[in-house]
Amino acid sequence: MTPNSGTGTSATRRLGVLVIVLAIALALFGLRFSAEDVVQGSTVRIMYVHVPSIWTAYIAFILTAICSGVYLSRRQRSLAWDRVAGASAEIGVLFVAVSLVTGSLWGRLTWGTYWVWDARLTSTAFLFITYVGYLAVRRLDGTHRQRARRSSVMALLAILEIPLVHFSVNLWRSLHQDASVADPNAKVKLDGLMLFSLFLGLVTFTLLFVWLVLHRQRTMLLEDSFADRGLDVAIAERRNEAGAQ
Amino acid sequence: MSSMKSRRTIALAVARKDVSIELNSRILTNQVAPFAAIVMVMFAFALDNEGILQRVAPGLMWLATLFSMLIVVQRSFTVESADGALDALRVAGVDTGAIFVGKSLALMVQLFVLEILLLATAVVLYGVEMTAVGLLEAFVTMVVATAGLGCVGTLYGGLAAGAKGRETLLPLLLLPVVAPVLIGATRATEAAFGSGGTAVSEGWPWIGLLAVFAVIFAVAGTVAFGPLVDE
Repeated sequence: MTPNSGTGTSATRRLGVLVIVLAIALALFGLRFSAEDVVQGSTVRIMYVHVPSIWTAYIAFILTAICSGVYLSRRQRSLAWDRVAGASAEIGVLFVAVSLVTGSLWGRLTWGTYWVWDARLTSTAFLFITYVGYLAVRRLDGTHRQRARRSSVMALLAILEIPLVHFSVNLWRSLHQDASVADPNAKVKLDGLMLFSLFLGLVTFTLLFVWLVLHRQRTMLLEDSFADRGLDVAIAERRNEAGAQ
Repeated sequence: MSSMKSRRTIALAVARKDVSIELNSRILTNQVAPFAAIVMVMFAFALDNEGILQRVAPGLMWLATLFSMLIVVQRSFTVESADGALDALRVAGVDTGAIFVGKSLALMVQLFVLEILLLATAVVLYGVEMTAVGLLEAFVTMVVATAGLGCVGTLYGGLAAGAKGRETLLPLLLLPVVAPVLIGATRATEAAFGSGGTAVSEGWPWIGLLAVFAVIFAVAGTVAFGPLVDE
């Protein structure tokens, strides 16, 4: 890739257009076509953003962990894995934030409070803070390789930490309703159109995530090569100066 | 087998070095312990109610431990990176797993001393009363929790060591990870103190959680410490 070619390709442009079309469809289905909930009324529509965003965040963090593992395990360590891991974590943090905000608004409407100290909410907040920390580690001083190694180890440690936090908070307390759609014995049944809107949301957010990661890891490549080149240019200038004297 | 033995020798040597640096500088007794004590006093100002203080004493004690731990961990790696000591050890081909174990042990010793002081502070300032079994349970809680804290503190301290801006980064990385220790140790200590009418027997499962945490991070630390500091 040449430095001025931008971060788009014809494939990502097509994907981008598809995401826009799906997002419009999701807005129509979520806000107009799907019915109100018998109990929750229109507030149930937050679900079409809330559930897909936490879903996307989980995918993002799993991808970060996989790429970090691959980076560390290969003998020929390719920074491309590190960049995808970093891009994915950034977007994951964004989507956890979205799901925390939408969740607390939804909680305010249905439970009457923005926050309850329930296991799943609390561990989601920890998930958010942990990956904010991961992103801070990525910005520490050092070479690209140092960054890649530190952050890969951090990402793998996060995989250890998250279940531990979740388990201990779970012991601490639990109130959150179980995932209702996935549970076969659930009393809550979504009607066909609501279910369709929800799955449309999942597809839309997943594709949006793919599109964002593709672009973000390319801008990271550009940032890295800019930093490398900047160093080369600075060294060349010093040499010229030294030669001129 | 000989490598096992030499690793143990290295780990003990590193631990002894850290403890003797501490004994000479007296940072723990002259700075960190007074800090922990003033935190306990400030909690009393903030809560301003003896009944509440007695009820929440275990949580405050462990919070003060975690805050003080941040300083001790920071200090543990300042002495390494200041003169490039860690680099020198690695250049000399010293096993990083053994360095990890040694530094963790030294950190555990310091944290344990601190916790004893904090426990005494809780008894004196917050009017905590304990039975003999309760005291034993508090002691076991402190040992097991400290094992976990020592490992995880060394691991994340090593991660941030030598990098610019690490003073601000360490709390952000470390506090979320030690949340299970705060939960487990607080519940176990509540049982030991009998806060809010908890029975002593209710504390032991939480000590189990602390033990799991310690084992996981001891193993993870021995494996991951090398790649983290290897630069």
